[in-house]
Formats: sequence, structure tokens, C-alpha cells
Amino acid sequence: LTTGIFYNRLIAIAIKRSSLLQYFLTEEQKTIKDLARKIAEERILPVRAQLDEKEEFPWSIMKDIADSDLFRIFVPAEYEGLGYGCLELCLALEELSRACSGVAISFAVSALGSYTLIDYGSETLKRKYLPDIASGKKLAAFALTEPTAGSDASAIRTTAEKVAGGYLINGTKQFITNGGEAAVYTIIALTDKSKGTRGASAFIVDKDTPGFTFGKKEKKLGIRASATRELVFQNCLVPEENLISRPGMGFIMAMKLLDKSRPSVGAQAVGIAQGALEAAYDYTQQRVQFGQPLILQPVVQNMLADMALQVEAARSLVYAAARNVDSGKDYTESSAMAKVFASDVAMRVTTDAVQLCGGAGYMKDYPVEKMMRDAKITQIYEGSNQVLRSIIASELRKRKAANK
Amino acid sequence: MNIFVCLKQVPGTTDVKINPETNTLIRQGIPNIINPFDTYALEEGVRLKEKYGGKVTAISMGPPQAMDILKEAISLGADEAVLLSDRAFSGADTWATAFTLAGAVRKSGPFDLIICGRQSTDGDTAQVGPEMAEMLDVPFIAYVGQIEEILNGEIRLQRLIDEGHEVLQSSLPAVITVSKEINKPRLPSLRGIAKSRSAKIPVWTLQDVGLDPDKVGLNGSFTRVVKIFTPERVKKAEMLQGEIETQVDCLLEKLKATRLI
Repeated sequence: LTTGIFYNRLIAIAIKRSSLLQYFLTEEQKTIKDLARKIAEERILPVRAQLDEKEEFPWSIMKDIADSDLFRIFVPAEYEGLGYGCLELCLALEELSRACSGVAISFAVSALGSYTLIDYGSETLKRKYLPDIASGKKLAAFALTEPTAGSDASAIRTTAEKVAGGYLINGTKQFITNGGEAAVYTIIALTDKSKGTRGASAFIVDKDTPGFTFGKKEKKLGIRASATRELVFQNCLVPEENLISRPGMGFIMAMKLLDKSRPSVGAQAVGIAQGALEAAYDYTQQRVQFGQPLILQPVVQNMLADMALQVEAARSLVYAAARNVDSGKDYTESSAMAKVFASDVAMRVTTDAVQLCGGAGYMKDYPVEKMMRDAKITQIYEGSNQVLRSIIASELRKRKAANK
Repeated sequence: MNIFVCLKQVPGTTDVKINPETNTLIRQGIPNIINPFDTYALEEGVRLKEKYGGKVTAISMGPPQAMDILKEAISLGADEAVLLSDRAFSGADTWATAFTLAGAVRKSGPFDLIICGRQSTDGDTAQVGPEMAEMLDVPFIAYVGQIEEILNGEIRLQRLIDEGHEVLQSSLPAVITVSKEINKPRLPSLRGIAKSRSAKIPVWTLQDVGLDPDKVGLNGSFTRVVKIFTPERVKKAEMLQGEIETQVDCLLEKLKATRLI
């Protein structure tokens, strides 16, 4: 029993600290993490079950996030942002996801919808859109996926035809996060169908552009607070200056964007897993069976220890990958690794958390079943883990070939 | 609008322990926070500034550690802050506290509005606000639940009462104390935190404020704390026996004996 209590204490120390290892974060990075945690605990936790149940878009929390300047994290200082990098965004996302990743993704997608503009957009376009995104007055979204183009993004059919006064967009985008809620959309469409992926271009489209409407709002397994909708373009005329970079750059920019944003999906996954680990710990400590708390059972300790070590390993990889993005070095492979590893961890850890909480964990009164549902999407979106594993494998071969 | 918000640093717990020898609160190991009621005062001040323009100054009298809550106030939207800290201020009752705060406000120049929380969570007296108003000779309104409008040097607001609320109008400058119904305080912002880190908050001593040393701190206090203690909760029940009439008679006698009737 004494050994049991000793291990119990060790596990408690490991779990209750939001991160076990010293990650050498700067004061500013710690401030971002602490502030995001405060928002999560004071504004998200009390309403997350209701948002999940009602599939309600968290506008009031978006306002809190905006007021706290978190949307400024990813916007450069010249456009009223704070000009932070991938790691800072990951820290905020991890903390928000620890409470509810449905809320966190709604925030994160504003970054996803802005990066192409930030990295490749014209000065005029950036001046026009970024300040409102930085203040949180406008949310952004990114639209690549179509009914025929999921993992095979090159199969998109939406077209942007050059006409007098701009580009005429026609087609349908599917499963678009923040669809209908965002005011600014970065969309990928074909400006030259004959050139395949070399014929794709990126455009900024305002929500209220004539010919741009929204299809059905999807009902989802998890991240139910977030909005996922179809975007329908019917002869939607977009001014020429809304083209980002040159025609034909769309696909390349989209791939680079996803490489850059994958660590943030990993950060969401780490947050979800951390939340589940803490919930499972609390439950097993309180729940008495066979005359003692569950946590005194070696088999339970074993599971908790496995969960804790997986979460910490995922966090380490995500932070390292995020720092790699910020360093500007080639980050395709490291970003893919962070996303794959962390999302697989989130799925396993949340499933084990439900297992440890038993019947109670299966019920909606307890938060772990939601975390398990929320975790699943992290293995799917922004490159399914299968596609990303093949990317990792091909990078591995490239490296091997280069070393010869 | 030149707005002052008075903040008090209080222990961040409801489980207050008292040192029996010195009759003072044991503050060791307890994080200090802005008196929760004062956070509504600060938020309201910042909202008024955002709506009508002007400046919000957070002011606190307390030990040097009270600097922390003033920094926090800046991260929450206050433009400036002043800490009143001097050994001579210590041991102040509500009168001496109000006298010191009022002196500091007077020294800062003309003001339009002073906002306080309705009471503190440690002392619970709700006296400092009204006392300041008396000392500064301006109108005072307590339990403000909503500020409707500020126009032409007048403020129209709602004061919460048991049955609902009263709508009152007052000239400015004035002192108000606000209730928690008035708003939902915001969370800090990244830019606010950065600002608070670099903010230079002046510390004013007795000499800086220029007050009579006999009217501040323990010297200036009319009340003396004889003893602070956690009252023992005593519950006594006595079962009355016998017929109903006998029981009623017995109860009547007991009530009369304790002068309850």
C-alpha cells in the first residue's frame, strides 16, 4: 500500500503540472500559455458541454479570445498583430484545447485562413484584411477540400475564370471549418484546368460577395462547437487584386501552408490528451472500489503512467516541430511527424481515459467521452495520418538518397 | 472623463485565519488578489473610458506588495496607477483609509468620477466609498447596477434595491460603489500585460500626499481593533415536553425571558 501511495504521489506530480519538462519558454511565451489557460478555465470550461450538445458556434468565447489579443499572435506587427510564431500559436491552442478543442479549432482556423495572405499576399490586400483579423473582428477560413478532392487535393474542380473585372468563381468547397461564421475566406480554385495542380490559384473572398453562399452545416462526431459547412460559388465575381501571389501558385502555397500549420493540429491533440489525462487522474483518485481508490491498483497506475508519458512525448515533439517552423528550416517532415504522433496519442489517451472512468466516463455528464470524440478528427484533418506517414516515408527516402 | 478606481488588495481565499496574538490576518502563503468587488469597479471605469474617452487611474493604499494588483489593473485596461504606501498609513480604519485616498485624489487634480467596489471581501464594511464622498464633498450613490448615461456633467444610473432598482441622476463629480451585476470583468490582454510589465507606477508616501500625520494610519483611526476572532458556532436545542398548552406556556416564558417578545 505504501508503494502504491508513493507512486500515486509521483503520478499526481507528473499529471498536475501542465507540462513536466522544462521547455525553456520565454516570459512572453509563458504569458501566452497562462492567459490561454485562464480563458479556457474561466470562459470555456463552464460552457463546453452545452456548446457540444447544441452544436453552438462559440461567438462569445471568440470575443473573449479577441479581447485578450490571442488573434494578434499570428498576425505580423505591421498589421496590428504581435508577430509571434508557430510555437506561440501552439501554446495558446494547447491550452484552449485542454478545455475544448471545438472552440480551439474555431480560433486556429482563423490563422489557417490568414497565413497564405500573410506569406504571399500583396501589401494592399494585407492592409485591407489583416488588421480586422488581428483584432478578432473578422474570422478567417481556408477552403481547399471538395467532394471529389480530400487527400487527393489535386482533384479539385472549382474554377476561377479570368473575366473583365476579375475572376469568376464556380464550384463547391466541402467540410470548411468556420464556414458561414468567417468573414474572410482563402480559397483554392483552378485558373487553368489544363495545367492540373500548376493551374491552381489562391483567392481572398469576402463572405458577402454576390454568388457566394453556404450549403448545409455538417453534424459531427466531435469538435461540435465548431462550424463546418459547404461553400457554394455560382458565378461569384472576385476582384483581380484578391488573387494571392501569381496564378498557378495556389497548390504550392496550400501545401506549404499545411506544412506550417500541422504542428498546431499536434498542439490541439496534446491539449485534448492533457485534459483527458487530468480528468482520468481525478476520477481514479476519487473512485473507491474494493475498499480503496482505483488509483492504488497497479493496473490503473500503469495505464496512467503510459498516458502521461505519451502526452509528454507528444508535447516535446510538437514544440520541437513548432520551433523548427519558426527557424525557417525545411519543416515538411517534422511538422508531419508532430501531427501524426500527437493525434495518435490523443486518440489512445482519450480512449484510455474513458476506460479508466468506466461507466461514468461513457456518460455525457463526464467530459472524457467528448474528448474521445474530439480527438478523432485530429487523425483525419490537415492531412490524414496515412497520407502524412507516406510523406514521412518519402522524405526518409529522399534523405537516404541525399546521403549516398 | 477623469476616472479614479479604488482597489484593495485582499487575501485570495474565503478561509481567513487570524493570528490570535496580534489580532491580524495571517497573510503568509495566501496569494493576494484584487478585491473581487473592485474588479467590477475597474471594468466599469475602463468601459466608461472606452465609451466617453478620458483616463482611468487605479489607486490603492497598502503595503509595497499591493503594486502587484496595480500592475494587474493596468493589464486590465487602467491607464495609470498610484500606490499609496507608507508605514504611517498602516493600521488605518475605514475613516483614515478614506481620508488618505481622498487626499491622494485631491492632490491629483480635478476628477469626474470615483468608482469603488461595494465592499471588500476581507473587511466587509462598505464604508470607504461613502466616507470619501463626504470628505470630497461630492454626491454618493451605492450599489450601482448599471450606468445608463453620462451627459452634460450629469450621470444617470440604476441603484439596486431589494425590490428592483431605482433610476437616479446626479451631478458630477461623484463617488459611486458598484455591485457585481454591473458588468462581466474582462480577462487581461497580451498587450495589456506587456504594458503593465513596463509601467512605472509611482509610490506616494505621507509626505507626497501632504496629509496631517495625525489623520492617517492608526493615529487617524477612530476605531480600535480590540480583538479579531472566529466566532464559535454554538447550537443549542431544547425539546419542550408535555401537553401542547404547557409547551406553549413554557415557550412564551422563555421568549419573554430572553426579551425576544
